[in-house]
Amino acid sequence: MAELLFWPVLLLYGEAAVGYFGEARRPGAAGRAATWGVRLGWLAQTALLGAQAAREGGFPWGTWAGSLNLFVWLVVGAYLIWGCRKPYRLLGLAVMPLAAVLLVVSRAGGGTGVGTRSRYSNLFLVLHVGLVLAAFAGFTLAAALSALYIWQERRLKRREATILRRPAPSLATLDRLAGRTVAVALPALTLGVAVGIARLLSDGDRVDALVVATLATWAVWAAYLVARTRGLTGRRAAYLALAGFVLVIVVRLALPPVHFA
Amino acid sequence: MRLVLVGTSHHHAPVELRERVALDREAASALAERLGEAVCLSTCNRTELYVAAADVEEAERRAAAALTELEPRVEPALYRLRDQAAALHLFRVAAGLDSLVPGEGEILGQVRAAHEAGTPGRLLDRVFRQALHAGRKVRAQTAIGESPASVSGAAAALAEQVFGALAGRSILLIGAGKISEQAARNLLSRGARIAFVANRTAEHGGELAARFGAAAIPLERIGDELAHADVVVSSTSAAGLVLDAATVERSRRGRRLLFIDLAVPRDLDPAIHELDGCYLFDIDDLEAIVSETLAGRRGEAVRAEALVAAEAEKFHEWQASLDVVPAIASLRARAEEIREAELRKAESLLGRLDDGERRAVESITAQIVNKLLHLPTVRMKQAAVSADGVIYADAVRHLFGLGEEDGR
Repeated sequence: MAELLFWPVLLLYGEAAVGYFGEARRPGAAGRAATWGVRLGWLAQTALLGAQAAREGGFPWGTWAGSLNLFVWLVVGAYLIWGCRKPYRLLGLAVMPLAAVLLVVSRAGGGTGVGTRSRYSNLFLVLHVGLVLAAFAGFTLAAALSALYIWQERRLKRREATILRRPAPSLATLDRLAGRTVAVALPALTLGVAVGIARLLSDGDRVDALVVATLATWAVWAAYLVARTRGLTGRRAAYLALAGFVLVIVVRLALPPVHFA
Repeated sequence: MRLVLVGTSHHHAPVELRERVALDREAASALAERLGEAVCLSTCNRTELYVAAADVEEAERRAAAALTELEPRVEPALYRLRDQAAALHLFRVAAGLDSLVPGEGEILGQVRAAHEAGTPGRLLDRVFRQALHAGRKVRAQTAIGESPASVSGAAAALAEQVFGALAGRSILLIGAGKISEQAARNLLSRGARIAFVANRTAEHGGELAARFGAAAIPLERIGDELAHADVVVSSTSAAGLVLDAATVERSRRGRRLLFIDLAVPRDLDPAIHELDGCYLFDIDDLEAIVSETLAGRRGEAVRAEALVAAEAEKFHEWQASLDVVPAIASLRARAEEIREAELRKAESLLGRLDDGERRAVESITAQIVNKLLHLPTVRMKQAAVSADGVIYADAVRHLFGLGEEDGR
């Protein structure tokens, strides 16, 4: 049953991704259809996760692929907070193709099917995996907001004649929202990492590459927040957010098998 | 009753003629009253008289006479439309499709005001209400009115692209001319605050500053106040640059700034645009944006036309049904009369029934009448839309002897 739910989710996220491309070309019906794709897809994925959790009787996303599935759900959920509003639809152009691709990767790794029972407690998994993934979802959203900022600023710098024809949030709003999102996500990452490190020390395990990369990610986003308090805004802040997002991708995709093994 | 429109607009008459027949609210209301069931729509781009009358030729003649009375030279510029064509025209007007700038929103309020000031009967009331509905629908379902159609509107919209809501944002005006003032008013209408007016002549600058509740400053102090401004609008007649990039970079303290240069020759150093967080748009940039948004509006106008045409069709159906409604009402009244008469005749038999049985008989006979009349009613309404309504109505009156009640 849970495996079957993957297909409507993928279909709806895929439709949303295509719809947002249509929205970028001609605002209107394509954007509305895409937004409904996101809403319905997210509900379907919620059902998929619910079915997985019910079958495992706990937290079944402790695997690399399973956590990717949960990560996609968190990213899309975070996007939905703003994405439904008309000016923010273009944000979906950055979020939904990524969500669809990561969902396929998750399925390829078995993350949307039967989970593997973890040797860790549910509480630990929720606090460690859940919080870290929620933080990464926040960083992803902040990066998407920053990408939209760079795109919108470039249009202003190029003095594009079409600039008023495609609704997009203002530079000030994008900048502010990215900062606020990171301000919420970083404490979540801090707590999630702290719980992981405490377990690492108590179990006497070794620090692996993923832990190092996650700490580097934490450092970059912490630097982002500190820099913002010292006046870093605009394009430079947006580029720093994108650099932080590269680390999020590395942590999510490139290194995890070692950590989850 | 039929609908008649006589009027002139910017498509047919130059401003010298239009201004001669333009009427204020009171005059428009008085003219409508003089014409009977009428509404007078008078704006800077058009003066139109909508009249409902049984005799369309006479109504047209009187409406045209009323306008030529104001200015005889307007006669060749008058257009005359009737019924569905007149309704479609009004719907297009209300939707902004007939405006100088397609999709402008002011006209909707003007149509509403004209309706309120007129003397509409059932027909005009319906057509104006539907026109307002069509106008709102077009604005809600298309993007025809979303983008600015003037240079000052584009400047304000750009400010919103940079800062979002402009409430509380500070504007620094350089130059106290009409162009600056126009741009300032557009920004003010979106919640911004004119904080400073810098001008070469202190007197003019002070006057404008006082009108906006701003501080008047000399041109030399612009740099000092940049740290307190969000948007700079410049429009002086200075021969050279009024503000250079080095001054901006030195003074703004890292603030994000939007510069609008409406002057020719330009007031602001083009290098300002290269500074991080500074955006400079000159008159050519703004005109290119306006031209693009107008092209977009024309694209949306195609969709809007389809919506308006659908509304006009609905009005046509309603108006056509007016021809057959009296015949349908008479037919139903006659049938009810016969039913009640037959029940009275059978009173001696029905008197033996208890209340429940009596109600059942009443209900059955009423249902028979309704079922018999249902199809003829539907067919007559359908025929009305295809212009055969009057023939059908006459046939029904003849076949059932409707209107012969007095002779019976």
